[in-house]
Amino acid sequence: MIVAVTGVVLIAFVVGHLLGNLQIFLGPDWVNSYAEHLRALGPLLWAIRAFLLVSVLLHIFYTISLAIENRRARPVQYERKDNVKATFASRYMAMSGLIVLAFILYHLAHFTVRVTDPRFLLLKADPLNRYDVYSMMVYGFQNIFVSAFYIIGMFLLALHLSHGTSSFFQSLGLNDKKLTPRLALAGRIFAWLIFVGYTSIPIAVLFHLVKPAQEL
Amino acid sequence: MKFKLKVWRQKTATAPGKLVEYQAKDVSPNTSFLEMLDVVNEGLVAQGKEPIAFDSDCREGICGTCSLTINGEAHGPDHPGAACEVYMRRFKDGETIVVEPFRAKPFPLIKDLVVDRSALDRIVQAGGFIAARAGSAPEANSILVPKHEADRSMEAAACIGCGACAAACPNASAMLFTAAKVSHLAFLPQGQPERTTRVLKMVTAMDAEGFGNCTNTYECEAVCPASISASLIAKLNREYAIASLKRRAGE
Amino acid sequence: MIGTLDSRIPSGPLAQKWATHKDHARLVSPNNRRKFQVIVVGSGLAGGAAAATLGELGYNVKCFCYQDSPRRAHSIAAQGGINAAKNYQNDGDSVFRLFYDTIKGGDFRSREANVYRLAEVSNLIIDHCVEQGVPFAREYGGLLANRSFGGAQVSRTFYARGQTGQQLLLGAYQALCRQIAAGTVAMFPQTEMLDLVLVDGHAKGIITRSLVTGKIAAHAADAVVLATGGYGNVFYLSTNARGCNVTATYRAYKKGALFANPCFTQIHPTCIPVSGQNQSKLTLMSESLRNDGRVWVPKKAGDKRSPKQIPEEERDYYLERKYPSFGNLAPRDISSRAAKEVCDEGRGVGESGRGVYLDFADAINRVGEQTIRERYGNLFHIYEKITGENAYERPMRIYPAVHYTMGGLWVDYNLMSNIPGLHVIGEANFSDHGANRLGASALMQGLADGYFVLPYTLPVYLAGQIGKRPPTDHQEFCKAEDEVRARTTKLLSINGSRSVDSFHRELGFLLWDKCGMARNTRGLREALTWIPEMREQFWRDVRVPGIGKEFNQSLERAGRVADFLEFAELMCIDALTRDESCGGHFREEHQTPDGEALRDDEHFADVFAWEYQGNGSIAAPKLHREPLVFETVELTQRSYK
Ligand SMILES: Cc1cc2nc3c(=O)[nH]c(=O)nc-3n(C[C@H](O)[C@H](O)[C@H](O)COP(=O)(O)OP(=O)(O)OC[C@H]3O[C@@H](n4cnc5c(N)ncnc54)[C@H](O)[C@@H]3O)c2cc1C
Ligand code: HEM
Ligand code: SF4
Ligand code: FES
Repeated sequence: MIVAVTGVVLIAFVVGHLLGNLQIFLGPDWVNSYAEHLRALGPLLWAIRAFLLVSVLLHIFYTISLAIENRRARPVQYERKDNVKATFASRYMAMSGLIVLAFILYHLAHFTVRVTDPRFLLLKADPLNRYDVYSMMVYGFQNIFVSAFYIIGMFLLALHLSHGTSSFFQSLGLNDKKLTPRLALAGRIFAWLIFVGYTSIPIAVLFHLVKPAQEL
Repeated sequence: MKFKLKVWRQKTATAPGKLVEYQAKDVSPNTSFLEMLDVVNEGLVAQGKEPIAFDSDCREGICGTCSLTINGEAHGPDHPGAACEVYMRRFKDGETIVVEPFRAKPFPLIKDLVVDRSALDRIVQAGGFIAARAGSAPEANSILVPKHEADRSMEAAACIGCGACAAACPNASAMLFTAAKVSHLAFLPQGQPERTTRVLKMVTAMDAEGFGNCTNTYECEAVCPASISASLIAKLNREYAIASLKRRAGE
Repeated sequence: MIGTLDSRIPSGPLAQKWATHKDHARLVSPNNRRKFQVIVVGSGLAGGAAAATLGELGYNVKCFCYQDSPRRAHSIAAQGGINAAKNYQNDGDSVFRLFYDTIKGGDFRSREANVYRLAEVSNLIIDHCVEQGVPFAREYGGLLANRSFGGAQVSRTFYARGQTGQQLLLGAYQALCRQIAAGTVAMFPQTEMLDLVLVDGHAKGIITRSLVTGKIAAHAADAVVLATGGYGNVFYLSTNARGCNVTATYRAYKKGALFANPCFTQIHPTCIPVSGQNQSKLTLMSESLRNDGRVWVPKKAGDKRSPKQIPEEERDYYLERKYPSFGNLAPRDISSRAAKEVCDEGRGVGESGRGVYLDFADAINRVGEQTIRERYGNLFHIYEKITGENAYERPMRIYPAVHYTMGGLWVDYNLMSNIPGLHVIGEANFSDHGANRLGASALMQGLADGYFVLPYTLPVYLAGQIGKRPPTDHQEFCKAEDEVRARTTKLLSINGSRSVDSFHRELGFLLWDKCGMARNTRGLREALTWIPEMREQFWRDVRVPGIGKEFNQSLERAGRVADFLEFAELMCIDALTRDESCGGHFREEHQTPDGEALRDDEHFADVFAWEYQGNGSIAAPKLHREPLVFETVELTQRSYK
């Protein structure tokens, strides 16, 4: 229950965040003003961050304890176990979730705290005197390793969500016999749309379809 | 047809167990899987060895006694159906077949392929019933039940209590079993008075037995011999959520 | 030792007997009930219902079954339905008509009073089961639906898909679970009763063996109820579950309980034919299929064409031809024999030539495949699993198989045997079905006994028994326990060369041949020379691997087969002594010119109740006869034409 609710919160964040990020295709002005607006929220931003953080922590805490309980529920493993219906994604939720966690940590360090890339400190303010988030993203993703890790992270997130998105309907008792297969499909499509959405950014950067707004 | 079998042998609950190889020769494709094991056992007895212990009773897929994991699938390859309904024509000639018990912590092993599934009984004892005293029921047709509701209830009631759902679940969760009983009774007008307490008590009992948690992999539904739909798990979650809220609201 | 049999049938007009009896029966007051310990062996419809109801009333109950859960008793396998005289279809049904159909269906070999009571309480059962949450089939308006069944011209059968027995049993099981949780019933699954203990001539306990640990234990009680089901497995192949046995009732017989009409066994006409050597059981296709399926064989002997290629005019719809008014719904014994007859004429179908077609083509044309699927989907599915054939496209092949045993321990109107305190209910007793049981009436009887009869009649005995329960260290218990131990040790120590199953199979085939659908003096005499030989060989040459103090399935089976080997003899003696044909007991010497069973009411309108004297020809069992008195119905030649 808590897993599902926090999962939904996180999904909502993921969608919102994606919409924000996709503004990169609209040019530096959009992104930077979006970032500025976010910052302008001040305490509210912190509240949202705190809320997300709590959600993530709860989500992780409960999923990990569930995963441990579930392992204990079968002390002697099968010598041979075939799965008839369970998808790969559904069986490795904890795995994909943990890697996503690692990714999130790195991601925060990278773009929010900006400790990983010294160049970010060199970035000048943009013409309207806002922090140039746009260029930061572009420079960040020009690094092939950063992009690759980002894409892998997104891949696992998509995998996680390909199960999670329909799963929460089931956990919250919001579906029935007819809806279940449709939701499963919709969940999968949703997850991979998210994947395409997020990865479009680093790919665009790598292929120089999006260029930084300023030289370093 | 002939087959190579790898069968889990374990003398007692605490003794170590392992897969042991046997040959099954001259098997007719119209022999059932359990009959094939009978023949192997006859051979073992003839050699003065102990036969393979495995459970079965009705041998027609209704009592829920048989409980084999065949080639990694609870009840074998022929879904929906119980292990006793698997016929050798489903296998390839010469195939190697692995036979294991149902594995889950709440199903302690008794011997070889036989496990103790009394945990499922205890879940029902916790509340899976309608308190109807013999002799106090109203005239049967005085409460109408729309066909649709009766049919849905019957679909849920069809569970044979075999435990394959828990055996197949990657998390050894018994949600499908519990959901089936909760739904069967919740669909009927007669089941309403105890609806709230029933689901709360049954879920508590289920957790206390040590079953794992449902992560919606739907493996249970895939192996269920009675074709119980995993959408009933959603219903169980719903029933549980509403019951918890009601309980909290002090009703 | 035993004088005349007193059936304790209350006096007065038939329709008032039960009411009068209840009005005057002794009672046990609520605060005394908890002082009584009652043992119920069996958790099927009869045992489950009785244990739950007695628990509800406040008695302390111990309930035993050999399966790992009470929910798995063989009642679970009943498919077709349960009768009741509700007359919901407005088609002329009534308590009297259900009573009459049952008496007539049983070929006038059952007690009027018992059967009338059964018909009377049938309606209460439906009310109660609906209240328990049994999801019976409904009509669109929400009313209960009915279908028709063999041997009746009204629609009085209630059903839950093709899983009626399962749903009724789950109802009883859930009621039982409630009592287990409440602490009134202690459940002992995987615990087999191996002996009955008598103290001063009263049934006061049992000896059991745990099938998990092998522990042998004594249980004392104020009364013992046996609800251990039928003994159809004496034939090895039957529609019964693998574990069904005669052990409990046979041990009671050896302790002095009378065994009534053991040769009355029912052969069900619609089962999937035997295929192959290693078959371990036969699967029933519910009789309800005969509502829509038409039975036929080719007119020509040896016609091996596929069914589709046989044109209409070359088919013999023999049931419709011979019994125009009942047609495909003729009673079981009659349909079974008709099938045997056409197969004996070489007109049987399928590889073995032991089968007839049950064809749904007409019904599918009439109501559509979807409707047929709704009515019988799961049966068609089972059929396909077993045979690999699709019955929507190709007619089913069916053949008769052993299905039910009308015989059982003798009981009086209170369902108590001749041993005081020993009560017998459900299929395990002999009481209600005479020489042939009508479809959908076993479930009715089991539940009637458990929910609505025994709870009223048990107190009649118990009321006088306060404080008479012996301790389990009483010498009778010790003696019985020692005997059970000795027998187990004996079985394990023979260490011969043949498996238990091989004996069982041999016995079964012999009985099917000599004491099956048709019997004659010569065959029965042959069987009676063979069986003691087989038994002797068994005790000399059986091999039971493993030890007694653990889970040991070979040992379980060995004990059961050992009892079958003795019981089979009793069956054949009964069949030989009953020198008439009636219902399922067809003596070839006694038939009408057109091959129907020919009763001899003058000499055999009796219950045959056998008293144990020892095995083999040296000590033949002693026969007691209970004359059947018919005050209400007139004995007629059964006709379903
Ligand atoms: C395939 C099939 C289909 C049927 N269909 C119908 C139908 O449609 N309608 C109908 O009316 N009837 C039907 N019948 C008949 C009916 O199901 C049975 O007659 C009835 O269910 C018997 O109930 P019971 O309670 O007497 O015995 P069972 O249900 O057989 O129960 C016997 C109980 O006794 C226990 N037991 C046995 N021996 C021992 C022992 N030695 N120690 C301890 N416990 C023991 C068992 O564990 C079990 O709990 C069908 C029967 C079969 C086989
Ligand atoms: C940070 C590390 C994460 C870990 C360790 C993790 C782990 C898990 C696990 C094990 C489950 C399975 C439990 C279940 O299905 O009930 C799960 C479910 C789920 N997760 Fe995560 N997850 C993480 C991050 C995320 C993120 C970032 C999102 C959202 C964007 C998310 C959304 C979901 C959703 C929606 C479900 C399904 C909930 C349900 O059906 O109950 N998770 N998670
Ligand atoms: S839900 Fe299905 S798999 Fe689970 S116990 Fe019931 S019948 Fe068996
Ligand atoms: S043995 Fe009864 S379901 Fe398989």
